[in-house]
Amino acid sequence: MAEKVNQTQNFLKGIIKENPVFVMLLGMCPTLGVTSSAFNGLGMGIATMFVLLMSNIVVSLVKSQIPSKVRIPAFIIIIASFVTIVEMVLEAFIPFLYEQLGIFIPLIVVNCLILGRAEAFASKNNILASILDALGMGLGFVVALTILGATREILGSGSIFEFKFVSEDANTFILFILPPGAFIALAYLTVLFNKISIKTT
Amino acid sequence: MSKKKDTFINMVLSLFVITIISGFSLGYVNELTIGPIEKGKIERKVNALKLVLPTFDNNPIEDVQLIKSSLVQDSVEVFPAYENSKFVGAAIIGSTEKGFSGLIKLIVGFSPEGTIKNIVVLEQKETPGLGTKMKDEKFLAQFREKNPSAFNLKVTKDGGEVDALTGATITSRAFGEAVQMAYDEFMKNNGLLIELKN
Repeated sequence: MAEKVNQTQNFLKGIIKENPVFVMLLGMCPTLGVTSSAFNGLGMGIATMFVLLMSNIVVSLVKSQIPSKVRIPAFIIIIASFVTIVEMVLEAFIPFLYEQLGIFIPLIVVNCLILGRAEAFASKNNILASILDALGMGLGFVVALTILGATREILGSGSIFEFKFVSEDANTFILFILPPGAFIALAYLTVLFNKISIKTT
Repeated sequence: MSKKKDTFINMVLSLFVITIISGFSLGYVNELTIGPIEKGKIERKVNALKLVLPTFDNNPIEDVQLIKSSLVQDSVEVFPAYENSKFVGAAIIGSTEKGFSGLIKLIVGFSPEGTIKNIVVLEQKETPGLGTKMKDEKFLAQFREKNPSAFNLKVTKDGGEVDALTGATITSRAFGEAVQMAYDEFMKNNGLLIELKN
């Protein structure tokens, strides 16, 4: 029973208590880079979640076979392979999303969230715990990127998931679509998120 | 479960095995996806040709002319269009490396006099939400029915007539440059294309 509670905790921690974006501030490059619309954030989040899940599984399976001095290069090779697979599959079957995310797909390799989880969690825990950890963290990342993308899209282009609710030539805060807007929106969302999560726990 | 010791041979072996496995699996996925990727590219090209050319009854993909150019490393692809054996226009692939993130490839349709019919972006790596807006109707509309001999393809900031995209001046500049390149190639080879069918 205690084991079960532990696993639920393990899954949930990534979404709120240790949210990779709003609490741990990991993986800032794609977070700031692609979230100019809610859809882009969602797509990037799901792609990252997939890579995170696969790399956590593989790393936890092979952890005892890797000498600790070469573990980082080994992890990076595993992660890079999955990223390349994601890139090829996206280009072949979802070219629309591939075009939208562009350069940021190969950059998933250097997302420190993924290497961080491989190093800090998957290389020390069994496969079930690693899968739950990846799902929780991945979901937290997806949620965070979608919220950030939605906020920037609403303020910056007056639409959500490409659905416009202001007229075509209305004045919107273009700043929020531009890179500085990503920092501003992320800062305020982080404050808000932590305020709420501290109050409820 | 004990960790493998950090001996030289262990390190070399484990990295070797991992790279071999990842190499083979990547090769396998590449085999699987290369077909659909190629098919998608050709499909996009055909769709783009239909969008940028006036009505035609030949197969421009088969009639493609590869023209050596000093402007680019590869040869330029030119797709001539004919209707009832009369030259009605051509689509040219214009490209530039000066985009915000490198290569921008677009296809420009010209009438025989060199007026731009339409433009479709084929490949780009621009910033999502900023540079990618060059595919939007609002930006593309300003090029239609313009003849580059009378319409300066530089952005207004540089003394041209193109309204740049907000926050993406570099992309807009590169876009104009790629169109200019396509136009130059078209004018150079105009005569050749008309003769070709006769």
